[in-house]
Amino acid sequence: MATLKINGTVYELDIEPDMPLLWALRDELGLTGTKFGCGIGNCGACTVHVNGAPVRSCSTPVNAVEGQEVTTIEGLSQPAPGTAAATPALSAVQQAWIDHQVPQCGYCQSGMIMAVSALLANNPSPSDAEIDSSITNICRCGAYTRIKRAIHALASA
Amino acid sequence: MKINRRRFLLASAVAGGGLLIGYAATRPSKHRRANDTLASGSERYLTSFLKIDANNQITIYVPHAEMGQGIHTSLAMMAADELDANWEQVTIEQAPAIDLFANGELVKGFAGELGLPGFLTGLVNFSAVTVAQIMNLQITGGSSSVRFTGEGGMRPAGAAARQMLIQCAADSWGVPASECSTALSQVHHNSSGRSLAYGELASAAAELEPPADVSLKNPDQFTLMGRPLPRRDIPAKVDGSALYGIDAHSDDMLYAAIRLAPVFGTRLVSVDPGEALNQRGVLRIVELEDSVAVVADNFWRAKRALAMVGARFEASEYDDTSSDSLYAHFDEQLASDDGSKDFETGDVNSALAAADDTVEAGYRVPYLAHAAMEPMNCTVHFRPDGKLDLWTSTQDALGIKGRVASVADVPIDDVNFHHVYLGGGFGRRLPFTWNVIDHATLIAKEFAVPVKTVFSREDDMQQDYYRPAVASNFRAAFDAQGNVTAWHNRFTGPIQVPGAAHIPYAIPNQSIRVVDVDTHVPIASWRSVDHSQQTFFIESFIDELAHRAGKNPYQMRMELLRDHPRHQHVLEVAANAAGFGKNLPEGRALGLAIQESFGSVVAEVAEVSLDENFRPRVHKVTCAIDCGRTINPDTVEAQVESGIVFGLTAALYGEITVEKGRVAEGNFPDYEMVRLATTPEIQVHVVESGEALGGLGEPATPPITAAVTNALYVLTGQRVRQLPLKNHDFSQGTPVARV
Repeated sequence: MATLKINGTVYELDIEPDMPLLWALRDELGLTGTKFGCGIGNCGACTVHVNGAPVRSCSTPVNAVEGQEVTTIEGLSQPAPGTAAATPALSAVQQAWIDHQVPQCGYCQSGMIMAVSALLANNPSPSDAEIDSSITNICRCGAYTRIKRAIHALASA
Repeated sequence: MKINRRRFLLASAVAGGGLLIGYAATRPSKHRRANDTLASGSERYLTSFLKIDANNQITIYVPHAEMGQGIHTSLAMMAADELDANWEQVTIEQAPAIDLFANGELVKGFAGELGLPGFLTGLVNFSAVTVAQIMNLQITGGSSSVRFTGEGGMRPAGAAARQMLIQCAADSWGVPASECSTALSQVHHNSSGRSLAYGELASAAAELEPPADVSLKNPDQFTLMGRPLPRRDIPAKVDGSALYGIDAHSDDMLYAAIRLAPVFGTRLVSVDPGEALNQRGVLRIVELEDSVAVVADNFWRAKRALAMVGARFEASEYDDTSSDSLYAHFDEQLASDDGSKDFETGDVNSALAAADDTVEAGYRVPYLAHAAMEPMNCTVHFRPDGKLDLWTSTQDALGIKGRVASVADVPIDDVNFHHVYLGGGFGRRLPFTWNVIDHATLIAKEFAVPVKTVFSREDDMQQDYYRPAVASNFRAAFDAQGNVTAWHNRFTGPIQVPGAAHIPYAIPNQSIRVVDVDTHVPIASWRSVDHSQQTFFIESFIDELAHRAGKNPYQMRMELLRDHPRHQHVLEVAANAAGFGKNLPEGRALGLAIQESFGSVVAEVAEVSLDENFRPRVHKVTCAIDCGRTINPDTVEAQVESGIVFGLTAALYGEITVEKGRVAEGNFPDYEMVRLATTPEIQVHVVESGEALGGLGEPATPPITAAVTNALYVLTGQRVRQLPLKNHDFSQGTPVARV
């Protein structure tokens, strides 16, 4: 039995303690916004937040995150005050991704957005070197030029 | 611009790794079938491609897969522009995977007149596919969607609809159609000030016979095409709501992890289940001809249990095959066989015999995997009513549907295909690369609930259909004045896209021949297909010739491109923008390359240095592209950026190695990718020549490798003739004096 707090909701899951968080999210809870890319924590497609820090969920067992705040891409946007929860406002990073037309196939972008959100929450004006060393996610479509542009726009906003 | 109906039906021959489209959108029988198939409520179909409902809502059906190239938006823009639709009231839908939207009608149309396109002919030859099978494909590939579906289908469809709406309005007002105009989904009669919304006219318009001839706009009349409109698929891709094949989900879903025969083409002999069946959530071990799978109630459980299964595969004559043995085989074949003609002109042998100087060089590239971010997967549900539900990311919805139907042995109409986004395609999700599809179908057949079969990253990399490894040998001759008089090229085939090895350079004597080699490694289209390797070969060797002749590589290319003004212009734009020939900071060099592919001409200039460990570092890529005209300029830039990063990844790191008959690389650490830190600044210059529309998904990929290696030659004096660059040691290099 694992007790997981995901996007503010507590789930009691009858699963093995060593099941990677990714598969608990996707196969047990149907939260498919978090993607499977490599299974070894290399590509970053599965990035979620644990207490606000970026974590690669494919190589993080659920027992390592019990009782902690897990946020997935589905929980990144918050409902704007006075609006229905069904139409949450996009986060600044998500909006920048639209403004700069970042995604191509989009498959890696959940993880990319989670990684960038965590970086900017921690360091609102990262240097190029800090961006390069923090954002190591793979985008096979090569949307990197736009990712960089969007991060810089957010940093100077 | 006038397009006649017959031309409209036939205008879709394809150069490349995919194909066509151009449905018989305004042909009466198709028109009626569209009505039968798609109409509902107050909606009336005007053509196969779009509908207008009474509320003025316009839906445009796009018969191509969205895999990041922005095709849904671009194609809808083309139809909406000709229709003079209000873009805010346009929705885009994926066309259903039914034969109405197949490519086959078109294939039939031009097959009689022009013969089958090379791409299809190649498929027919190498995988025993019949022409009848090809008729039921719905392919996205060959950088063809805008060029053929857009120009031959979407625009005429929109224009035809507009003509019909005008006719209805004119009839109802009792005025000549020529006095009417359209804008923002309305028909206006200017002199009387009357207007009617398209939605009010749609029902009456649907009763008209679609026109046989339609007039298309001139570019100066465009209202949407040429504008950088936001892509409609992007919002769902920033909040996790976009669904890919791998996201198919239901509470009763089962998951399969699979181990395929590691040596291609071998069969499963025996299975030792070990403790697998005793593991939590594991339901069954499924043995297939070439693989064994574990089915469980969670993919991780399936994968973990699969690791406990022992599987023996038959011995194979390829058990000792390695990349080295394959390359040795290529060299033997090239040495012993003069192959078959690809292109020849003049008399190469005489020119070589009379040469003042000759140059020889041998080039080689390795196999490459596609490595789309979404690992290959397929979900099939054999429903109690005998029908099937199918979810998979594919570049050919209809073809996949047909394949699953044949593997499952059910009528194709009993397969319900659910459209999903693709987490990358790059050729891996084209037809005839069926491995995960067949396996998923056979596994799911044993269950009454949906079963999702997922390749691990290792499966995805080791069970791909690869960009072929290719060897290419060159000889060239100079006369006493330093003119290149002969171009002699022998390379290993098969040719997948004709023309990629042809050169635009004015060399009087050419002999380009292909020697087909047969290996057990499965091959398929990989972004830009043959152009990815041939451009590296050609643009490197021409650079060698320039240096040998003591000429500036840019100047020599410009001279030899004298018969191709479009190439000259593109090269000039790129070279000028990059400052080719100007002084650079110490330790940096520029290299350039050019190639025409899929109807677009692309030149790239790479600015390169070596880092403190003597590894190549690409700082900046300046690209000029002539794709005729742009539909969505922002998408053009994005595709060029993407193509360059894709090609650069292959140049720097890309190598699939065969050892003991199987693929050695397993995951990204072995098959590295360009990441944010290694991405160069990319500058894109679009040349609007007004020529026929060129493709965009692929043409930016081919030139980047030679642009980088040509710069490395200037930096180090080392000529790179084999890829990838990670295998080269540049620590001993000496810069080459600039010419």
